[in-house]
Amino acid sequence: MSSIEERVQKIIVEQLGVKPEDVKPASSFVEDLGADSLDTVELVMALEEEFETEIPDEEAEKISTVQAAVDYIKAHG
Amino acid sequence: MTRRRVVITGMGMLSPLGADVASTWDGIKAGRSGIRMIEHFDTSNFATKFAGLVPDFDLEAFMPAKEARKMDLFVQYGMVAAIQAIQDAGLEMDKENGERIGAAIGSGIGGLTNIEENHRKLLESGPRKLSPFFVPSTIINMIAGNLAILYGLKGPNFATVTACTTGTHNIGFAAQQIQLGTADVMIAGGAEKGSTPLGMGGFAAARALSTRNDDPQAASRPWDRDRDGFVLGDGAGAVVLEEYERAKARGATIYGELIGYGMSDDAYHMTAPSEDGDGAARSMGNAIRDAGIDPAEVSYLNAHGTSTKMGDLVEIKAIKQVFGDHAGKLAVSSTKSMIGHLLGAAGAVEAIFTLLAMRDSVAPPTINLDNPDEGCDLNLVANQAQSMEIQVALSNSFGFGGTNGSLLFRKV
Repeated sequence: MSSIEERVQKIIVEQLGVKPEDVKPASSFVEDLGADSLDTVELVMALEEEFETEIPDEEAEKISTVQAAVDYIKAHG
Repeated sequence: MTRRRVVITGMGMLSPLGADVASTWDGIKAGRSGIRMIEHFDTSNFATKFAGLVPDFDLEAFMPAKEARKMDLFVQYGMVAAIQAIQDAGLEMDKENGERIGAAIGSGIGGLTNIEENHRKLLESGPRKLSPFFVPSTIINMIAGNLAILYGLKGPNFATVTACTTGTHNIGFAAQQIQLGTADVMIAGGAEKGSTPLGMGGFAAARALSTRNDDPQAASRPWDRDRDGFVLGDGAGAVVLEEYERAKARGATIYGELIGYGMSDDAYHMTAPSEDGDGAARSMGNAIRDAGIDPAEVSYLNAHGTSTKMGDLVEIKAIKQVFGDHAGKLAVSSTKSMIGHLLGAAGAVEAIFTLLAMRDSVAPPTINLDNPDEGCDLNLVANQAQSMEIQVALSNSFGFGGTNGSLLFRKV
């Protein structure tokens, strides 16, 4: 079983079409990984699906980096 | 004031006969059928189980997978055809000229595939599972929109939606932008991916489709007495329209000039054509008047010819009204006999076939025309292409809503 970090990285690579090595904990989806506002909505939906959770919109807005996504899932997964 | 002249300097296409213009045109000239059984969904309960499907091609040669995911298949098809056309024309876009270049690419229906998928998600899992790209992936003007973003096309940008006349109307209105001086170059055409459960089921419910499931390649048979409806086809066509002096100055290859554009409506019935051919005749007549030529100059006519009982007869009547005695000297063919009816893309791919017919001095055939129906007594180029000099050629499209369009081209 992959770690949460690995699963999050894999989803980001698929959703945003970026290279795995570019997905670092501090990477910002918008500023570093080329996502726009619609990409980030879809990314959160993919995370919800992968981790079988529901992320409320007000929480989703705060998830702007790779680390923030991992932290949220560890806290709520 | 003399009108600015509009010439065609680039072409792109995806069709059931190939993923580019050259392979499709080879198939058309040879009289091959691109119709096959549908395998991408279960057709057991469908009255019609076949269509013209675009063969597999390398989408990533045109756009990254990440971008493609945000586009319904019809948008992908339209983008590929438009990119091919721009490359074929050797157009160069920069900050200086972007405001003078525009796009007009439509679709008859739009993103059925993604509409079906998102509706399923809505019913199964609720509105939170709808993709944020659902709307921008399915609405019809997004081929023109995405193309503008890709190339920095800052001129007129629109998508005319007129059912099966869409491709023709987009080319006609785009050409008018150049004539009016609001643009110097327009990328124009249409795209369709109608072979989905809703598309196939919907047209079957309207009793418009052939149900010749035991012999799909013989199903599209315009003017033949055994025709039983049209065959749906997927694909896209796009042309680069360019102001003549501009094209000449940069040494562009010129496929032909768009000299006339005509429109009309039957004002008769939602789906059936007016039986006397009045609407179709006025559309052709308006194109001829727009060009200011003698109808006898026309030698090839790419017909709408969908293989429906009424539509095929009405078009012949209309041609006879417009051309009189000259109708007997025309070569009239329906390339839909080979690729099916591409709905919103039909007018665009058929405009391209018309231009290539002029270039190569060949009238493409109407295949499956074994026994011409009563009254279908013109030269319908039955089953074999015909070599002939073509200086002026006409392409027709007629759509649900009674909307008609005709494009008239001349060799340059």
